Amino acid sequence: MELAIGIILGCCALGAGIAMIAGIGPGIGEGNAVASACEAIGRQPESKGAVTTTMIMGCAIAETTGLYALVIAILLIFVAPNTFVNVLQKAKELGLF
Amino acid sequence: MKAKKSVGFIILDVFYIVMAILPLAFGLVLDILTTPKSGGGVTIAGARIYYELELFEGTRFFNIIISEAQVNSVLVILTILFACLFLTHGLKEKIELKRQHLAEIIVEKVDALVSENMGRDFSGFPPFIIAIMALSGLSSLLALLGLYPPTSDISIVGGWAILVFALITYYKLKCGPIYYAKGFLQPVFILAPINIIGEFATPVSMAFRHYGNIMSGSVISVLISAFLAWASNLVFGAITSLPILQVGLPAIFSLYFDIFSGCLQAFIFAMLTMLNISTAFDADEYYRRKKKKLEKKLKK
Repeated sequence: MELAIGIILGCCALGAGIAMIAGIGPGIGEGNAVASACEAIGRQPESKGAVTTTMIMGCAIAETTGLYALVIAILLIFVAPNTFVNVLQKAKELGLF
Repeated sequence: MKAKKSVGFIILDVFYIVMAILPLAFGLVLDILTTPKSGGGVTIAGARIYYELELFEGTRFFNIIISEAQVNSVLVILTILFACLFLTHGLKEKIELKRQHLAEIIVEKVDALVSENMGRDFSGFPPFIIAIMALSGLSSLLALLGLYPPTSDISIVGGWAILVFALITYYKLKCGPIYYAKGFLQPVFILAPINIIGEFATPVSMAFRHYGNIMSGSVISVLISAFLAWASNLVFGAITSLPILQVGLPAIFSLYFDIFSGCLQAFIFAMLTMLNISTAFDADEYYRRKKKKLEKKLKK
């Protein structure tokens, strides 16, 4: 039983860490977006307002995948271990193994 | 020239201000009364549950739950309501009060934003957009008072997203149900399952974006303050048990995570609402059908 709980906790932590690899994507994407916006403002300083608004919108949308990963990681750390351990204990009470 | 205010006017003014502040004070008192005593350390939990009504035995899925997030969101709604009543109290054609300038600026800015992003077909939308923006922004800013921000609960933000989804579907159905169903078969009929998933992905992504941003901010704030408590214990532990390093530093992070992120997410949520709804409405097709109907009527 202790071994099973240990494996659950360790795998949840590993899974959370692996999920956050998705943070690379939004990082690169938002970097590209901001770089292009800076170029655009440098070329046409008068269009600063419109470019900034569009860039922030784009950044927010690019961020979504990263936030999915974050939500999954937080669920894996704070919610999943309890749930899995409860399921395990219930299974043991029922005599499944 | 300054007009003189009557006594009744001032009494009503004070009443509105008090009623705008009272919900927040009530939330603070409720928060203080119901917070369990903790022994310090890192605690990250969801909204506290005040009341739970069990409908079916054995499962918690159908229970009616009144949680901290819902109570706080109702308090924010009350605050916004009375703040709006205060701002619009004593509107005159010839401006007499300073607050009328503020009210007019807000209305004009939102009108301009909506007409710029949605076009002239949606001239009735500014009140809805500013309502979502104010609700979302003030809910996130509730964290500054130390209250639980309703936007870091998925069920609250999910509710708004479902509302937006209903509006999107309504505007898609404006061109008739057959045209709506045909939209799923674009560009090839094999892609229909993906289109249906994409339809539901819109509210899910809106809800998760808002909720994820606010919640990650609060989680990071808790982690930072826990780290600072540990560090100050390490450095000043021999002198005093007070967490000296916790003074001030978390406020700088809160500047970004609570104020900037909260306001930005409110703006983005409203922006995405506008864009999603306005792209869902096929104006060309709608006016073509309207014209056809009119011609049929004229022929008769």
